Amino acid sequence: MASLIYQNSTRASWAEDFSFLNNDKENKEGLALKKSYLKVSDLNLYINKTHILKNVNLEIPDKKITCIIGPSGCGKSTLLKTFNRLIDDTEGIKYTGSIWVDGLNIFDPKTEITEIRKKMGLLSQRPCPLPMSIFDNIAFGCKMHGEHNRKKLNQIVEEQLKAVGLWEEVKDRLKTPASKLSIGQQQRLCLARGLAVEPEFILADEATSALDPISSKHIEELFVVLKNEYAIILVTHTLRQALRIADHVIFMYLGEVIEAGPADEVFNNPKQDLTRKYLEGAFS
Amino acid sequence: MKFKFIEEKIAKVLMVSSSIVVIAFVLNIIYTIFRRGMPALNWDMISKIPAGGYYNGGGGGILNAIVGSLYIVLGSTILGLLISIPVVFYLNVYLKKDSKLAYIARLAFDVLFGIPSIVYGAFAFTIMILLGMHTSLGGGILVITLLIIPIFIRSMDEVAMQLPKDLLDATYALGATKLETIKVVLRQIAPGIATATLLSIGRAIGDAAGVMFTAGFTDSIPTSISQPAATLPLSVFFQLSSPNADVQDRAYSAALILIFIVLIISLVGRFITNQFSKNKI
Repeated sequence: MASLIYQNSTRASWAEDFSFLNNDKENKEGLALKKSYLKVSDLNLYINKTHILKNVNLEIPDKKITCIIGPSGCGKSTLLKTFNRLIDDTEGIKYTGSIWVDGLNIFDPKTEITEIRKKMGLLSQRPCPLPMSIFDNIAFGCKMHGEHNRKKLNQIVEEQLKAVGLWEEVKDRLKTPASKLSIGQQQRLCLARGLAVEPEFILADEATSALDPISSKHIEELFVVLKNEYAIILVTHTLRQALRIADHVIFMYLGEVIEAGPADEVFNNPKQDLTRKYLEGAFS
Repeated sequence: MKFKFIEEKIAKVLMVSSSIVVIAFVLNIIYTIFRRGMPALNWDMISKIPAGGYYNGGGGGILNAIVGSLYIVLGSTILGLLISIPVVFYLNVYLKKDSKLAYIARLAFDVLFGIPSIVYGAFAFTIMILLGMHTSLGGGILVITLLIIPIFIRSMDEVAMQLPKDLLDATYALGATKLETIKVVLRQIAPGIATATLLSIGRAIGDAAGVMFTAGFTDSIPTSISQPAATLPLSVFFQLSSPNADVQDRAYSAALILIFIVLIISLVGRFITNQFSKNKI
């Protein structure tokens, strides 16, 4: 099992690795050991016949922060949106390969897409609160999934707002519109909203890039705390951010995964030339 | 002086003068209606139905037309909303941006928007003959609903097209189905719905040609939707057609009442819109 935790994405090693998934008995053991499990196998993605993601093979470790880095347009955000299939709405989309989440292939027509999305809290680049009150923003997801008990909802809202450090700031104005909050507070609210539906993963797409430095730091600190319970996948433009908080790093270039591995390994001892050049700032 | 400053000045003069022309027209219309309608306006006008010989200067009022118009507006607005919201939701949430169906539907609604109400009236009238219906409140509601659906859909659609993709994504990311996003979408486009409703009410209450064949005209207040109903614009029309100057003045009073109703609905509508849009992001 240890070999599974993380590997570089050379195809040969992944082919070996993938054979494990085909072995049902071992697979079940693997799931029992690991709570959250996300694995990408031979993923190819095309938009209007343009090859966007090329042969991506990855595994996302649980209870760690995984940073996806790479220059603009390398497919980081597309990859992230593929994890919860938000990419489906894009015109002319086509994909091959598979993504396994807790033993289910998310591309399988039988897999319920809403269940997959529920497992993946999403934090977008700009905070996007729902057009309702602070309270309703968090309660919305819970209500949608069948929780209507007022007492329970109050409790969830309080818990999640405390989890993102927003409770003290908003506890007296839960009924005010979420749009009245500052942009940093809105982003924390969005995080709390995602946490309220009990996800296993947190997908963050440059979640701090629209924020001021203090709010940004706040979110980073939250990620570091939250990784004790969730697998966090963070697409980031800022190399320094990845250096600060990443446990694992995936470096992408022109739609390919060039290098992936534990953060100190990738940052201090990159195996690929391209990675070294990127880290040295030769291109960005 | 530099050319661009002269340009700025000329543009400003043009903008101010066109605003003044528009406002002057509106004020002139309101002034005329007030001048001729105000003296004839009295409590009887709005509290009584026409007595015998009303159109020749007899007593009574136009309560029949006020109530008839309100019934038709209320009925058609509710029906119109019930039909239009699903259409707008389907066009904007279910269909992709470059969908051919969406393109054709929008084109169709644009054309319907421009069709004069008399054509709707004639169309509905032939259907009513086929069904063996008489002129009735129901027929009036039907034709006005047809008339305002394009207004509803196109004005809500304009707002819904601005719906942020991020907002839908955020809702999907919580595990929502397309249908479940409707709660979010409706809140976000609430100001658009309110504006569309106000525009539609304005058109519905002011339309004379559409209801002429379908709702008919009567001196009594309808007690069921199968009875004919009077409307304010037709009431204005019939009184204005009278050779008697006093009756003509009453036509202006009726117009005044019509404008007043529209004003009240608009103010209430704006107030409700503000309540709804405070959550908008």
